[in-house]
Amino acid sequence: MREPLASWLRTAATSLIIGAGGGGLLALGTDTFRVFTSEQARRNAVERAPRALPKVALEDQDGRPFDLAAYHGRPVAVSFMYTGCRSVCPLASQGFERLDRAEWSRSSAGDGRLQLISVSFDPRDTPDRLREYASLYRADGRGWRFARVREMRDLGLLLRTFGIVVIPAPGGDFQHNAAVHLVDAEGRLARVLDPDAAPDQVDRALADMASTRNLAAKAPAR
Amino acid sequence: MRALLAGALLVGVLALPGMREALERVMATHMLVQIPLLAVAGAVAVTGLGPEWKLRIDAWNRGGVSGMLLALIASSWWMVPRALDLALASPAMELTKFVTLPLMVGVPLALSWDRLGAIGRGFVIANVLPMWAVVGWLYIVAPVRLCNFYLVEQQVAAGFGLLGASVVLGVAVGALAFRGVGSPSLKGVSGER
Repeated sequence: MREPLASWLRTAATSLIIGAGGGGLLALGTDTFRVFTSEQARRNAVERAPRALPKVALEDQDGRPFDLAAYHGRPVAVSFMYTGCRSVCPLASQGFERLDRAEWSRSSAGDGRLQLISVSFDPRDTPDRLREYASLYRADGRGWRFARVREMRDLGLLLRTFGIVVIPAPGGDFQHNAAVHLVDAEGRLARVLDPDAAPDQVDRALADMASTRNLAAKAPAR
Repeated sequence: MRALLAGALLVGVLALPGMREALERVMATHMLVQIPLLAVAGAVAVTGLGPEWKLRIDAWNRGGVSGMLLALIASSWWMVPRALDLALASPAMELTKFVTLPLMVGVPLALSWDRLGAIGRGFVIANVLPMWAVVGWLYIVAPVRLCNFYLVEQQVAAGFGLLGASVVLGVAVGALAFRGVGSPSLKGVSGER
């Protein structure tokens, strides 16, 4: 009679350990059961720990060279796209068009303006094609620039840092995770929002980023 | 010994670079062929275990409770979209997949299923099959891409696969249950020896 009872107790203890350990690992893998996709995990990770961005040489729709560091001191919104995209990029570009309008109507053309940059990852997108695409969305090419990497070998690093996965799809298309990437005044990727984020959502995120930074600045020095 | 070799061979074949690439390129075969086969490999391998070992394990696995729990927890991780992405993005997570599915799903499942009573089995089936159906349905109707490494069409196909597997298995289990084929295991309810 003792043996079965002892084995049931052992089983109960084993189950408890398995339940606690396994449940703990599942919680870890899903950010306490809130994150089930890598896209959500990416957004949370960026918000928790803003990422320094690599210095990658870009060129815009007029062939002018620049890089993201040029915008230190003011916030930048970056999106990744390609001009041949018919699925998510038009949605994201319409979102950027709304942001662009909002910035113009605010007439904050100075240093406070949110800079918009759409970066193409398609090697077929030449500056000419980018310029044509820009005109579709009535972008002026300054407040909202369209860019590509100058050296294709830099593309991998740029996409990896942002957490963008691009996979070729049939018909010369690509599938990729689209989002609005907000880069703070220190040039770090600090927030990732839905590709069609509305201007007020972006404003809230920017205000949130600024207040987090101020808090960090006010924290007593060690 | 032969069973152990067969299980190891199956894992080995699935781990071949060409085989991995082929099965993982499509979400449906990743979820519905590779992952189940890895679990099957563990289940096959463990049938070669000697009776004295089984007795020793049974002492920690009365009624198959702890083993079933382990298999359920470990297998549920591999239904999370993020887990599939991570397996493709990180070699460490890919290795984890090849280790945990045979050892923490297949092995405990094979060691525990016979020990579960009819109610225990019914409980597991009645929970797991609807979960597959719900996950499958989510994959079909989700407005967004859930895996960064898979196309939306693949997500939908995997969803139909999961939903289909759930329905087919559900109908099969239901038919067996109502024909009374499962009834011998009712002994497990009245009094397990």
